Amino acid sequence: MGRERRKKYEKGEATAFMSRNQAINKLQLTLADFRRLCILKGIYPHEPKHKKRVNKGSTVHKTYYLVKDINFLAHEPIINKFREFKHFVRRLKKAINKRNKDAEQRIRNNKPKYKLDHIVRERYPSFQDALGDLDDCLSMCFLFGTMPQGARVHMEYINHARKLTVEFMHYIIASKSLRKVFISIKGIYFQAEVMGQQLTWVVPHGLGYQHPDDVDYRVMQTFVEFYTTLLGFINFKLYHSINLHYPPKLELDAATPVDENEENMTEKERYQERLSALSQTLRSLDEGGGEEEVQLDEFPAVETDDPDRVEKAKVEAEKIKKLQNLFKGLKFFLNREVPRETLVFIIRSFGGDVSWHKSVAVGATYPESDESITHQIVDRPQTKNQYLSRYYVQPQWVFDCVNNTSLLPMESYFPGATLPPHLSPFVEEAEGDYVPPERQALINRQLGLQEDSGVEEDEEGSEDEEEDEEEEEEEESEEEEEEPEKGRGKRKRKHETEAATADQAKKLNMSVEAGAPENFNVEQKLQRQTMEERRLAEMMIPKKKKRLYDKIMFAKKKKNQETRKLKEKREAIETQKKSESKKKKKKQ
Amino acid sequence: MSSKSRSKRKPDQFDFVDKGVNDSDSSESEESVYSGLEEEPDTSEEDQEQSSNQSDNDSSDNDDDEDITLDDKSGLELSTEQRKELSTASDDELNEINDQRYTGNVKSQNRKQQKQITVKTADRPDEYDYDSSDEEDIRNTVGNIPLEWYREYPHIGYDIEGNRLLKPEKGDQLDEFLNKMDNPNYWRTVTNKMTGQNVVLSKEDLGLIQNLQSSKHPDSMAENYQPWIDFFTHEKMIHPVTNHPQHKRSFIPSKWEKLKVGQMVHALKMGWMKPTKAKTEEEEEENFYMLWKEDEESEITRRYRAHLPAPKMPLPSHAESYNPPPEYLLTKEEEEKWQNMEPEERRMNFLPQKYPSLRLVPAYKRFINERFERCLDLYLCPRKPKIRMNINPEDLIPKLPKPRDLQPFPTAQAIVYRGHSDIVRTISVDPTGQWLVSGSDDGSVRFWEVSTGRCMKSITMETGSLGNMCIRSVAWNPHPDVSLVAIAMGQTVILVNPGLGDKMVTNNTDNVLHSFSPTEEESMGKKVYADWSSIDTSDKRFENGFRLLLQHPKEVSQVTWHGRGDYFASVMPKGDSMSVLIHQLSRRRSQNPFNKSKGMVQCVLFHPVRPFLFVATQRYVRVYNLLKQELSKKLMTNCKWVSSMAVHSGGDNIIIGSYDCRLSWFDLDVSTKPYQTLRHHKRAVRAVNYHRKYPLFASASDDGTVIVCHGMVYNDLLKNPLIVPVKILKGHAISHDLGVLDCVFHPSQPWVFSCGADTTIRLFT
Repeated sequence: MGRERRKKYEKGEATAFMSRNQAINKLQLTLADFRRLCILKGIYPHEPKHKKRVNKGSTVHKTYYLVKDINFLAHEPIINKFREFKHFVRRLKKAINKRNKDAEQRIRNNKPKYKLDHIVRERYPSFQDALGDLDDCLSMCFLFGTMPQGARVHMEYINHARKLTVEFMHYIIASKSLRKVFISIKGIYFQAEVMGQQLTWVVPHGLGYQHPDDVDYRVMQTFVEFYTTLLGFINFKLYHSINLHYPPKLELDAATPVDENEENMTEKERYQERLSALSQTLRSLDEGGGEEEVQLDEFPAVETDDPDRVEKAKVEAEKIKKLQNLFKGLKFFLNREVPRETLVFIIRSFGGDVSWHKSVAVGATYPESDESITHQIVDRPQTKNQYLSRYYVQPQWVFDCVNNTSLLPMESYFPGATLPPHLSPFVEEAEGDYVPPERQALINRQLGLQEDSGVEEDEEGSEDEEEDEEEEEEEESEEEEEEPEKGRGKRKRKHETEAATADQAKKLNMSVEAGAPENFNVEQKLQRQTMEERRLAEMMIPKKKKRLYDKIMFAKKKKNQETRKLKEKREAIETQKKSESKKKKKKQ
Repeated sequence: MSSKSRSKRKPDQFDFVDKGVNDSDSSESEESVYSGLEEEPDTSEEDQEQSSNQSDNDSSDNDDDEDITLDDKSGLELSTEQRKELSTASDDELNEINDQRYTGNVKSQNRKQQKQITVKTADRPDEYDYDSSDEEDIRNTVGNIPLEWYREYPHIGYDIEGNRLLKPEKGDQLDEFLNKMDNPNYWRTVTNKMTGQNVVLSKEDLGLIQNLQSSKHPDSMAENYQPWIDFFTHEKMIHPVTNHPQHKRSFIPSKWEKLKVGQMVHALKMGWMKPTKAKTEEEEEENFYMLWKEDEESEITRRYRAHLPAPKMPLPSHAESYNPPPEYLLTKEEEEKWQNMEPEERRMNFLPQKYPSLRLVPAYKRFINERFERCLDLYLCPRKPKIRMNINPEDLIPKLPKPRDLQPFPTAQAIVYRGHSDIVRTISVDPTGQWLVSGSDDGSVRFWEVSTGRCMKSITMETGSLGNMCIRSVAWNPHPDVSLVAIAMGQTVILVNPGLGDKMVTNNTDNVLHSFSPTEEESMGKKVYADWSSIDTSDKRFENGFRLLLQHPKEVSQVTWHGRGDYFASVMPKGDSMSVLIHQLSRRRSQNPFNKSKGMVQCVLFHPVRPFLFVATQRYVRVYNLLKQELSKKLMTNCKWVSSMAVHSGGDNIIIGSYDCRLSWFDLDVSTKPYQTLRHHKRAVRAVNYHRKYPLFASASDDGTVIVCHGMVYNDLLKNPLIVPVKILKGHAISHDLGVLDCVFHPSQPWVFSCGADTTIRLFT
């Protein structure tokens, strides 16, 4: 009696996966609804290890979902809402076609709605999970928040996204958790540290929108639908974590007079506008003591006994504290050509005060004529009627200061000046990577600063100016120094040429030359020998590992090539610059 | 009303005109016959616009005061913006109309030009007096037909009496130009397409056109802002406006309404109908709450554990900056290359760009696309945990002893032996290590002194009956007491006594050869495989050292001696069943060990100590026991085509070189498969060789190199041989795609000789 013969594909991988069509059939949904469901529930396809086994011997390309995932989806209450919505659309169409206005209105009023709270909870059981997955959410919300009104995207989504992003920015300002900023050609990147998680998001440049045709906005809308729910809950939690009202309340509310810009707005709109100006602080839950709690310093890893680590953590905390108060005591004024929201967000999250001309937007706090303004941010080559009491700088200065965690000298950022390159703060140089000279200088400076950071911290503001002057002096002195050197060089060269001519004269007579000993470079030889040994050893790598080795070496070689290329390019540019400047000097 | 309504009107100017015309049309019953009524006003209006634009432009060009005064007079003001709009929008149209004028044709597009609202002909001013602008032009009675039908006729239609209306004369382009220059009224002259006449627009006409364009009342004199007469006031007047008695239904309750209300009340009572709740604002908005409680522990489900979070988007590099360091910007060639690549292949999905200031940075075109792609990735891309290996490449290199510790081995080129004029195909060293013999394609065999590089002797083969002059193989007799060299050339194998070195030995050899007498004639009955013939002392060739000739039926490619020097074997690859012959020198006898061909034989070798013969065919090496006359082993080489073979002095290890660049080491005790295959050479391996004393072996290849490896064989059977490449010897040039053709070790020193296609022989010490 033999055992019953097992049929193929009744166990194992073949039963663990399900193709998309199978899933749709099982759930009895349309493809669009299935897509929405997957997006909302965060279900993604899986790649089986053995495709052929899963597909019952066929190798046709298919998308596979886990059967468990699909079973999980089948229990989702939202599916019923989808069905209800289908019926709703059917009834509405009927009413519209019959021109039954009453019925249409009634049906519209009873439009089925669903909530995503439970899905948020289900997908992110803990708050840390939710924070960890916030990057895409923030980027999408910021994108939708800046979208113009139009037929492509429902206005509701845009408004909602805008509201939530403004709230989020208020939180970042209040908690001072912004760390890095970067202007790229794609948009402006921000990185904040919220409860130990690094959140990075990108905000598009708010100019000239063009909606691409090859984008399915329904997909994006579904994402935004979920993301707005998620961000709302996160905002709620974050606001409460630093004792702020949610929904946010401004400190001075009814007292502020109505602007002329605001005249034809409703009360709600006006409030929203003021909120999105980001210029006012929010009211905290318990009046008075709020400020201190916001600035709670965390000393992580206190339990560790390692004194080095504790020390390190302390230094790190100190650094962050310094960064958080980078613009403290400075008063900024933004010209109208400057991207207002971004700069207000940055300056305020590092402790600065900021204002703009009141005709630009709602929420300006002080006029341009205020004498206590220390910096005015200008993005035009020249400005009329300048005030002597303040610096005029280009906006990049603010960004670079933040990334350098210190106030930079302002000469190269004056209006009309050619700006130094703006470097990405997100790049972490590994060994063998190309480091642009500007970055290298920065790293060096930071290393130098760290050594005697304790001394300099206190009197930075006053020292800046001094430093500037000193630097100028230094430059001058350097130039002076250079000149005599050149003179010396010339003299030397003269000597050499004279000697050469003398030699030639001597050579005409017959003579015996002293034989030069062959230059025996021991190091070079050794190097060559080791190289050869290495090559020989490489030959003995077994075939199994050879591929991997070759791949690694190829990647290394590519990287080296790239860095070399960049280096050479830079050198060429620099020599060209030098020669040009020399020419200019000559002309003068 | 003023500004708002105007701005609203702006986009549909024509609409306004349409209405006006239609209104006027409605007063006239005859015109409604026309089918193209809707289009008419459009075209006419367009024309007017064009003409007025033209006037506008011209005036601005010429700084004509007239136009301005005209504007002032009519009491209308075009705002500057509107003017701009007009001028920009109508530039093309203006050109068009000019073209039309030049060609002088009445285009088909401008058909149905029956109504010229504002046209006043110069020749018949009286008609204008009674003509209202809407009325049909009756000077031409052809009716509503395309005027191009009259293109080829001298007339343009018929007047009311039925006489032909002749087309007015039109000048050529030059006239037109002169007219344009001279005539101050040119800018306000239009052509009546129905009559072909030029019409000069009056100031009033122009004013009217402008009014129409700016969506104002056509009549400039009309009062726009007349005082509003509040006819129906909210105040109750004592006198009603109308004094109709009220209808009965206005004060009797409706029966149907009552019925409906009754139904509703009933439905409400029964609970079938529920009053709709008023929507509060709070309901509309989402209200958030504390979803994650502080003290709540998150339940870690299996689902949660199996979740694979999507990888985060890569962070931007320096190249993405709006103001990157200059080296990150692409040059023109790089940019072109980037453009030509497929979007998927590009390493950067953007072109680095530099903007002098933040104000000039435009919106990124593909921002939404990139976000969308990310969304697609998030919900469509299959996820799979991937193990990222962080391997140090140094760890992959096997730990081997350093070549420095494995000395001695040849490291540098010492002597180059020059003299041959063609490829040197084969070399051999005499057992004492003093002499070297080489055979070349130029048909000469040369004997060299190893230590000095001097050519001691050169034998040039005569062609004659031998045909092919190539020396295929030379082999020095390994026995130290015999001074003989076997040379394979064409179909013959020649045994030569070079007469070098110890006189005793050479004489001895000669004597032995001379004293040979064919004792037994039993071989007569057997088949003769090779024809032995000795050379007389009187022969001229004897002087050169020729002693014996063995004539073979086919071409011989290789000769090799047995270790004791009495036997030697020759290989005829095309000899089929007798491709290998074994010759015995002492008895001058040849025998064929195999009676069946097992494939094309590449080379054969004698086992150094035991009676074995290795026969390499294309893909296999067979090991025959000569005593038992049986096949003892068959080695699988795993290569396509064996080129050469060498046996270790112990006899248990052999190496095989092949044309597919491999060198395989076989351990005969262990397996019939290669113990190790080395792919060191880039091109075909031509020759391999073992050193007789040192643990060295060398391989020569077409890539012009000789690679010397340390190949230690241990006496301990459990220990595998140690193979370490120790030196790559370069020196030979590659010619005709051939590099090094043969390599031989010195019998006692760690030296290696190599010969190549560059006609030289080199000694590496």
